[in-house]
Amino acid sequence: MTGTQKVLLAVEGITKAYPGVVANSDVSFEIREGEVHSLLGENGAGKSTLVKMIYGLVKPDSGRMTLRGGAYEPRKPGEARASGVAMVFQHFSLFDALNVAENVALGMENPPRLAELASRIRQVSEEYGLPLDPSRLVGDLSAGERQRVEIIRCLLQDPKLLIMDEPTSVLTPQEVDILFKTLRQLSAEGTAILYISHKLEEIRALCDSATILRRGKVVASCNPREKTARELAELMVGETLTPPARTGKAPGPVALDVTGLSVASPNPFGTSLQNIHMTVQKGEILGIAGVAGNGQDELLLALSGEIRTAADAVKIDGRGVGDLGPNERRRAGLVAAPEERLGHAAAPDMSLTENALLSGAVRKELVKGGMIDWPATRTFAEGVVKDFDVRTPGIGTAARALSGGNLQKFVIGRELSQEPSVIVVNQPTWGVDAAAAASIRQALIDRAAAGAAVVVISQDLDELLEIADRFCALNGGRLSAPRPVQGLTVDEIGLMMGGAHGMEVAHVHA
Amino acid sequence: MFMLEKRPSPSRFWTGATPILAVALTMIAGGILFALLGKNPLEAIRTIFFDPLFGDNAWYYRAQLLVKAGPLVLIAIGLSLGFRAGIWNIGAEGQYILGAICGAAVGLAFYPAQHWYIFPLMILAGALGGWAWAMIPAVLKTKFGTNEILVSLMLVYVAQNLLAEMAIGPLRNPQGSGFPGSRDLSQYPSAANLELIPGTGIHWGVIAAFVAVIAAYVLLQRHILGFQIRLAGQAPRAARFAGVKPDRLVLICMGLSGALAGLAGMFEVAGPAGKISIDFASGYGFTAIIVAFLGRLHPVGILLAGLLMALTYVGGDIAQSNLGLPSAAIQAFQGMLLFFLLAVDLLSNYRIRFGLKEAR
Repeated sequence: MTGTQKVLLAVEGITKAYPGVVANSDVSFEIREGEVHSLLGENGAGKSTLVKMIYGLVKPDSGRMTLRGGAYEPRKPGEARASGVAMVFQHFSLFDALNVAENVALGMENPPRLAELASRIRQVSEEYGLPLDPSRLVGDLSAGERQRVEIIRCLLQDPKLLIMDEPTSVLTPQEVDILFKTLRQLSAEGTAILYISHKLEEIRALCDSATILRRGKVVASCNPREKTARELAELMVGETLTPPARTGKAPGPVALDVTGLSVASPNPFGTSLQNIHMTVQKGEILGIAGVAGNGQDELLLALSGEIRTAADAVKIDGRGVGDLGPNERRRAGLVAAPEERLGHAAAPDMSLTENALLSGAVRKELVKGGMIDWPATRTFAEGVVKDFDVRTPGIGTAARALSGGNLQKFVIGRELSQEPSVIVVNQPTWGVDAAAAASIRQALIDRAAAGAAVVVISQDLDELLEIADRFCALNGGRLSAPRPVQGLTVDEIGLMMGGAHGMEVAHVHA
Repeated sequence: MFMLEKRPSPSRFWTGATPILAVALTMIAGGILFALLGKNPLEAIRTIFFDPLFGDNAWYYRAQLLVKAGPLVLIAIGLSLGFRAGIWNIGAEGQYILGAICGAAVGLAFYPAQHWYIFPLMILAGALGGWAWAMIPAVLKTKFGTNEILVSLMLVYVAQNLLAEMAIGPLRNPQGSGFPGSRDLSQYPSAANLELIPGTGIHWGVIAAFVAVIAAYVLLQRHILGFQIRLAGQAPRAARFAGVKPDRLVLICMGLSGALAGLAGMFEVAGPAGKISIDFASGYGFTAIIVAFLGRLHPVGILLAGLLMALTYVGGDIAQSNLGLPSAAIQAFQGMLLFFLLAVDLLSNYRIRFGLKEAR
């Protein structure tokens, strides 16, 4: 449908600079009515800044935008919405303790009465194949259903342009199919979609055209269907990518043994773990997939020792450690890297040196007789920074001043530098640029090759298929039986992840 | 129209400058308050801040400064450890009273015997009394999840009634012809907390305060417990990841602050106050909260803040007697100091932008 439709939104020479970094430099592109247009780029390429300007959250330094030929200068999201531009964010802004209709009403300028709104939600959700009960509590919904709340909130305002920021990162493959049907239906009705993602296969399946950003500049525009995923990736990164190297080695004895692990979630809307069994051998990487909020956080806490259980539920090298805390488990050889970098894996306002002490104190013997050995701690921190190529002005820098990718390299590096025998990581490359992600994956593989048992919890299927030896999925706090990665199909993986959560594949008329 | 913009990292300049700015703003607002009371504001400010240091009777007031600052610093150091960890002991006043009661009771139990070990035993009893009183909110919090702010605060009122009961009951001076109040411990050599160097105001409580400042500094900079305290306050989830047991930290921090407050009470009752009386409690435990924040929860800052607060006490007394300012006005003046400090604290984490701006 490209070429024939009228131009809906034109962005011309937009530039936006922040202190120390030019987020967008002379960016131009066009979206036509009914077009599915992809904005492609690594983390930090400037995609978010660009769409924030289109959505009125950020004001450009220079350049102009036109909407249907008229000047378009939204000063706040309300004005963007009034002009027919709607956005679904990567991180949802929903209240767990309110129901669907109440949440939708909170996001509207002039919400109708709740009963009327509920019937409209029902109507729109059926029309677009996104079934949703307006009276359910948001806290009880799966991540995919929450996204539906956000999408329907947008659709109720009858948008001309729908911006979606990384919408599939929280979905199972089956849910992705349903979402794509909806998006294609919207596109057929003339709604343009600006689709932000770094998942190349999806973009090739869904989008009519793509604008590729690198370091704030447009480096290419293309029809993604005419390119291979590899070509797109190289346009995006600007260099040739080498996939991680693996050495085929037979795994050794069991290092981590989890038997009948059941844990009540510490959070009211969390997912409790139910009767989890798994074993990981030395030299092996076990990949655990799952949509966000299916017990990943709880599993990490139960393995790291932040949640304690019966002693025999978790065994390291045959020794029961389930009733021990994090430091005793570190002593036994287990290190962990939680998903949330700032606030959980690292203290935001503390220096890298202090953050090195945070989890390295036990295994690196940085505390003697209660007193901290700061020189040894600094040496350890410097070693991590050097070995894992952490870009920072120095080890005295506060953790929150580092970029996400650099902090993640530091956190992973801190754990891997402790010669652990068991490694548990949750979302090791979330929000990390491709080069840093590749080096983190390589480091995990290297540790496994050196004889560590590695558990990688991730929502990135490509990542797991790339580095894991065996694969299983968390769904509603239960862990599926592990399968060798070789020979797994995407459909099988999707079923292990629970298929399409809480819905029969909907009746889509399109 | 102005708006606040979060700084990428806290401003070093404003972290140091806000206490000074807060003192300046307090002087201005306090001056207005005094003017409204019909006093000359400049004279009142001079009486409070200048006279104790450089006035006619400064030799006496300077000693008083250390006498007042000692307990404030001692209590504030203990509180600051908890505050840094996000544990809010608001009941230091109660722990101070209990320390005084226990310390005095041990001393009076030996009266009139003379032994070298009586005073050390009193120190121990004072610390234990404050510690035990602080353990009540601490244990309730760890066992039942009660709020330590409410429980510790309410226990202050219990302690005040206990103090009154002691003054007219068990600890009353048998030779006091029925008047409330205990024997004067400062007249009982084995139990007296005497001025160590005449004319300076330095007694054992002042020494203890200095020791506490140094010990707290070392604890926070070098000891793993100090690191855990800072970590728990800044990032509770990271603290659990680092193996910090939150309940243990509550018990340690509440216990330490209670013991130090108890010590302060014991040194006070055996020295400057001399005896258990109904009006023994003078609000040091509450003022120490201001001192802790005014000193940015930093040991050295607390030392300076304690001296400043002592200055407002001593100067306030002079202003009361010389200028006839009501004591409530002096308390309001001290309250303003905390109010302004918390208000301008904003500047260390935010910058103020003037002008109309809809979007950045």
